[in-house]
Amino acid sequence: MPKVTIDGHTIEVAEGTTILNAARQIGGDLVPPAMCYYSKLDISGGKCRTCLVEVTKGSEKDPRPMPKLVASCSTPVMDGMEVGNKTSAKVMDARKGVVEFLLINHPLDCPICDQAGECDLQNLAFEHGASGSRYEEEKRTFEKIDIGPNIQLHMTRCILCYRCVNTVDQITDDRVHGVLNRGDHSEIGTYIQNSIENEFSGNVIDVCPVGALTDKTFRFKSRVWFLNPMNAHCKCDKCSGEAVVWMFGDEIYRVTGRKDQYGEVKDFICNTCRFDSKDLGKWTIEGPRHIERDSVIGQGHYELKPADNVKEIG
Amino acid sequence: MKSLTNRSIEVSNKKMTLMERIYLPAVIGGLFITLKHLFMKGATIKYPEQTRPVSNVYRGKHVLKRDDKGAERCTACGLCAVACPAEAITMTSAERQKGEEGLYREEKYATVYEINMLRCIFCGLCESACPKEAIFLTTEILPANFEREDFIYGKDRLVEQIDKRIDVSKRQTMEVVTQKFND
Repeated sequence: MPKVTIDGHTIEVAEGTTILNAARQIGGDLVPPAMCYYSKLDISGGKCRTCLVEVTKGSEKDPRPMPKLVASCSTPVMDGMEVGNKTSAKVMDARKGVVEFLLINHPLDCPICDQAGECDLQNLAFEHGASGSRYEEEKRTFEKIDIGPNIQLHMTRCILCYRCVNTVDQITDDRVHGVLNRGDHSEIGTYIQNSIENEFSGNVIDVCPVGALTDKTFRFKSRVWFLNPMNAHCKCDKCSGEAVVWMFGDEIYRVTGRKDQYGEVKDFICNTCRFDSKDLGKWTIEGPRHIERDSVIGQGHYELKPADNVKEIG
Repeated sequence: MKSLTNRSIEVSNKKMTLMERIYLPAVIGGLFITLKHLFMKGATIKYPEQTRPVSNVYRGKHVLKRDDKGAERCTACGLCAVACPAEAITMTSAERQKGEEGLYREEKYATVYEINMLRCIFCGLCESACPKEAIFLTTEILPANFEREDFIYGKDRLVEQIDKRIDVSKRQTMEVVTQKFND
């Protein structure tokens, strides 16, 4: 089993594990952020470049450092590898540049966007980004498209992580949307405004790291930090029925999958649970979710026994 | 025992003199002080006819600004409500329809925007939190009222009137803005 050292922490991992997953096994601060990699999906990753790390020692046999920064989500570890993430100034500088690149065409309409408060790009930019942009040209814009009755696609916000394409490709039967055009013109789309009509299509909302794919049943209804996320389950023959209901008083405003600390859902839930089960009677509430203290969703949120919840998501 | 702080005063029960016992000189002295105050300049002013000068950044009644074209700037993002320590602000948002571009600047707007002025502590955090420069506090002092309901200010009293613009440029001088960003 190869031994890898990340930011001074050594761990033994299985053959073929990527650097990112090895870092996640150590856990804590040294885990590189990821915008496109999604552990529940195959062949995801390698697109956004936010998980770049510096390999200062290639392996025990060949101790030369890798000449460039590598994407940790798609680089397998080798025995004796030494990796710098938080400790490497080169990585932090590069990540700042990556954030600036990701934000080139991003409209920064967070006050309007429904994803604000739980947005990966927002968190990433807050932690690693510079406060200004050097981009002077006009940002590209798109018209909003309705994909089916419940999902809205706002391509202007998209960072082309391909997570939604992989999701629909892998967990639903027939794929109807993908990336059209190339390079700067690439856009997510269903060719000639086809709607995605599949029982699991709503999961593209959960996997989207930005606000490009949003829930139309929740559109502009509230802000995520005014709602109380509760773990809940229901009897569902299509999915596991384990979800999070976002409540305001006694009303369910929206339903999402249960996300772990890396923003990845545990189980993909079906569209019936997500869009059509806003009735409190259908759900069995288990209790409030654990929320990181520095998250904006944590405002006004109190936990009786946070330690139990930590174990649950950990 | 003597006190350690040396601040206590011993009570004396010494016998009063004759002049002190008839009290009259002390009473007349007191009346004279009252009379003297009649001819002094008063400490109060006759509000509301007279008002005191206030600072340019005085925190009084709120205003929801419109932009140069007269469209409402507020996009109902809820950051003022989350910043509000007194939980005074509530709002409901809606999507802008086609043809309403002149009314609302962004694609989302507030259909209901209420500030409970009885809860408000006029701290100005909503003004600092606003990413759209929509809400400002003005130098206007909030009027008194009879009913509790009348202190819940809706959009009818908060949004500035299109022909009666409220100047907030003095709240946005370089000094104020840099201080805001440094906070």
